Parts: sequence; structure tokens; C-alpha cells
Amino acid sequence: MSTVLLAGTSIALGLLTLAMLLCAVRLARGPTASDRILALDTLYINSLAILMTMGIRFAEPTFFDAALLIALLGFIGTVALAKYRLRGDIIE
Amino acid sequence: MNSPATTGGSLPLLDLLIATLLVVGATFALLGSIGLARFSDFYKRLHGPTKATTLGVGCTLIASGLFFTQHDGSFSAREVLIAVLLFITAPVSAQILVKSAFNENPKGRPPAPPSVRDFLKIPPEKTHPSK
Repeated sequence: MSTVLLAGTSIALGLLTLAMLLCAVRLARGPTASDRILALDTLYINSLAILMTMGIRFAEPTFFDAALLIALLGFIGTVALAKYRLRGDIIE
Repeated sequence: MNSPATTGGSLPLLDLLIATLLVVGATFALLGSIGLARFSDFYKRLHGPTKATTLGVGCTLIASGLFFTQHDGSFSAREVLIAVLLFITAPVSAQILVKSAFNENPKGRPPAPPSVRDFLKIPPEKTHPSK
């Protein structure tokens, strides 16, 4: 691993951690349930970016599978929660 | 790192490009999250995560694709899978979240632009079907 790549992944991981902390703030504070669902949605997208960055850092393609799983399940979770808020029911 | 013989070692310019894409992508994701944390209204808050964060993850995915193409010595297209999935699902979840927020509080939405037909106009006699 070259020095440039090491520095780049370190900076990116720091920024993404900060982004996840901000999402956690909104998740704790959010006045309405929709705000909290949106915060969870952003949280999983940020964790996706963190996993891809970790995959580059360790030169390990296994992280990709975890990222794909989070991308699939995160979307389903967001839609299920929002649908529940919308209808009071998920599958009608 | 054991780089394959076909690429002839680690390319410094490509490493620089990957590192730049990573930092730019992380910065966009951070900006989206700052927007989520600091805007005043739900409809304003939705702008950050749906646009900036998606672009940030897109940059990270391009960086990852470039890195593994260089690392394995063959084209790596798995990142395209996540990119397509994310770019399809992000607008869908944003739209359903707006519908959820509108359902919670129909009065809280911003006014429609003047020259546009208002599709979500609430008839005055019809009350909102809240549970």
C-alpha cells in the first residue's frame, strides 16, 4: 500500500465517521419519525462508503459482499418503516 | 502489496486518483450529513442525504472499482452492481419518505410553485385520514 493511498483512506475514514456521528445526532434528536427514518437511511449509506473504503485499505474484496448486503437490506428497511408510517401496515 | 506482473507495479498516478476520489467522496457524504443534521425542516433535510451523499458514495465506488482493477489486474465490475442498486433505490426511498412526512403533517409542507398544478392540494372539506 502506497503512502498516498494510506493517507487518502485515513482521511476518508475520518470524514465518514464524522458523517455517521452527525446522522446519529439527527437520529437521537429528530422531531418526527420521518426524520429518524431518514437519519437511518443516511447512516446505512455512510456505512456502505466506510465498508468500501475499508476494502481498499486492506486490499480485501470480502468487504464488498457486506456492502452489497447492507445496500439491499437498508433500502428494504427504509421502505418498510416509511410504509408502516404511511399506512399503519407493511403488507396489505 | 503484491501487484501482478501485468500492471508492472503500483502506479503512483492511479493511486493519487483513487485517494482523491476517496477524499472527495467522503467530503460529499459529510456535507450531506451536515445538511441532515443542521437544516431546519424535514423537506430541507431531505436534500442533503438524497443528493450529496449518493454522489459521495458514487465517488467511493468509482475509487474502489479503480483500485481492484489495478490490484487484481483485471476489470472489476462488482462495484457497478452497488452503484446501480443505490442510484435506483435512493430516489424511491426519498419519495416514500416525503409521502410519509406529508401523511404525518400535511400542513407542514412548503407551498407549491405558482405556475405548477398542485397535485397534493388538500380539499378543505376532506380531513386527513389519520390513525
